[in-house]
Amino acid sequence: MTGANTAINLSVFGVFVLLTLYVVYRASTRNVSASDYYAAGSSFTGTQNGIALSGDFLSAASFLGISGAIAVNGYDGFMYSIGWVVAWLIGLMLISERLRNTGRFTMGDVMAFRMRQRPVRAAAANSTLVISLFYMIAQMAGAGGLMALLLDVHSKVGQAIIIAVVGIVMVLYVLVGGMKGTTWVQIIKAVLLILSVSLLTIFLIGKFGFDFSSMLDRATQRSPLGEAVLSPGVKYGATDLSKIDFISLALALVLGTASLPHVLMRFYTVPNAREARKSVVWATWMMAIFYSCTLVIGFGAMALVGTDKITSAPGGENSAAPLLAFQVGGTVLLGIVCAVAFATILAVVAGLTLTASASFAHDVYANVIKHGEADPRDEVRVARITAICVGVLAIVGGIAANGQNIAFLVALAFALAASANLPTLLYSLFWKRFNTRGTLWSIYGGLTSCVLLIVFSPAISGSKSSVFPDADFAFFPLSNPGIVSIPLSFLAGFLGTVLGGEKADAEKQAEMEVRGLTGIGSGLR
Amino acid sequence: MTKALPSVSRPATPGFATFEEEPRHALLIDGDGEPDYGAIQTSEDFLDLKRRVKRFILPATLVFLTWYITFVLLSAYAADFMSTPLFGTVNVGLTMGFLQIVTTIIITMAYARYSKRKLDPQVDKVRALAETDEELA
Repeated sequence: MTGANTAINLSVFGVFVLLTLYVVYRASTRNVSASDYYAAGSSFTGTQNGIALSGDFLSAASFLGISGAIAVNGYDGFMYSIGWVVAWLIGLMLISERLRNTGRFTMGDVMAFRMRQRPVRAAAANSTLVISLFYMIAQMAGAGGLMALLLDVHSKVGQAIIIAVVGIVMVLYVLVGGMKGTTWVQIIKAVLLILSVSLLTIFLIGKFGFDFSSMLDRATQRSPLGEAVLSPGVKYGATDLSKIDFISLALALVLGTASLPHVLMRFYTVPNAREARKSVVWATWMMAIFYSCTLVIGFGAMALVGTDKITSAPGGENSAAPLLAFQVGGTVLLGIVCAVAFATILAVVAGLTLTASASFAHDVYANVIKHGEADPRDEVRVARITAICVGVLAIVGGIAANGQNIAFLVALAFALAASANLPTLLYSLFWKRFNTRGTLWSIYGGLTSCVLLIVFSPAISGSKSSVFPDADFAFFPLSNPGIVSIPLSFLAGFLGTVLGGEKADAEKQAEMEVRGLTGIGSGLR
Repeated sequence: MTKALPSVSRPATPGFATFEEEPRHALLIDGDGEPDYGAIQTSEDFLDLKRRVKRFILPATLVFLTWYITFVLLSAYAADFMSTPLFGTVNVGLTMGFLQIVTTIIITMAYARYSKRKLDPQVDKVRALAETDEELA
């Protein structure tokens, strides 16, 4: 891309940053108590939080990654979209309302509700930190790649500076705005993203006379794969093994979404379970619209830009949406799309930072170190310091991972969440006998098996596209471990409970069940 | 974590019932003015709520998971069937994928409606069993 639009990109993006920082500053007039910092004083409505939820969830991987995956792989790219939409049903029916009723700030609140506090909270915090860091490094690395494309910054040093700037701005959001400020950033970003994506979609489909079929027809002509691009199997259909990998990915997507810590934490920003439900209803609509649009944008990019041009552009697959924007709307539209994509990274990373810092301060510092008797002011101070540390880690990690294949890092975060969090959450909400040992086994069982399988998978070593292409210590054949580690975690939780350990606390279980369904005792109305 | 929010405690002296505190029915509250969760858990109203929740969530979850997994398996192992053209160049697989999004919306709206009609009123009923001081706060 030419240098001329660098100025436009930068100014659109600069306007976004200034605007959001102003909003964050205005929103944060009162940001002293733990509840303000972690959960925005639970003052958001279901509608607001639903929009923010979709803002938190729709990362750069969703926007650039998915439209690019569709533009290059066609049908197999579309699979991601579907998994991510269907997944919200789990959040809606099984998790959101009960989580809002039983917990207060973090995932650990729910997992440790009727268990021994310290070990379970430590485990929940470990899982939150690992998942959030992986997700965050992927986003930061993505920011570097995006910059190569958008601002014509090709030197590694230049990209490192940009990653650092992203890190600093997002830490600012979190420190100044807390949950309230961060939520407003998510809302602004989600509205911008959905609006621009919908307009682009209407425009594109209009170009083909509102005939999706003829758009696909044109797309197949511009793809080296021809008709095959509309059928399953382009990316995952080659061997039996790659088909299992495909199923594994599909499972991780559908089961991981509703157990990502930063998604879970959003449910605490609303005043009660009914608003939490409303949030998910809104988020589901936003997702449905967004991912339907990515289908059109992906195939539209294939039809108008052509697969060859996309794969050979700097940034590869990820450049499909920006290239398409340039093709149909020139430098101005390109600038807008790029700024929205960049804002997306910024907002998602801020949400992750907040989640990680809350989990450390609330679960580890206040409950494990201080035995639940920390001064709330100290707790918030610890959370802020943690946010800075997490920001530094993410900047360093992002610079180190710059240029890596970010899709696998993101998929890994989903597999981790589906393995470590979902079984534990479901058991503790729905299984009477589940006990502390079962909880620890399912969290750590899921977390370690998932991490180990990834380390020994072709994603890390042994193939051309892996992180260490020259080494080969891969013995696990799948690049996504979900199909093994998710059932394993369910099994570990079951065995840990059945094979002894202390009996489940019946009184606490009664309290959790009653409170989860009705909110009695939670102080919520 | 049991006491999420500090609440003003109601004078819990028995025998001093005033007019505004006349209990409409036996409150499931223990000696400290806390809700008696064990008693609520086994109360008919709560069991009814549980049955209502289960009646929707269980079949709905089974349906959407089966439907999603069927779609994934068909994509992996029945590529030919999924490539059958349906409308112009739009094939069975793409249509099914889009229908996944549609069914997600349908189930979401159905659940929202069901909750409003069948669950929320029952939740209110159970909550009335344990009208604790937080209600007054």
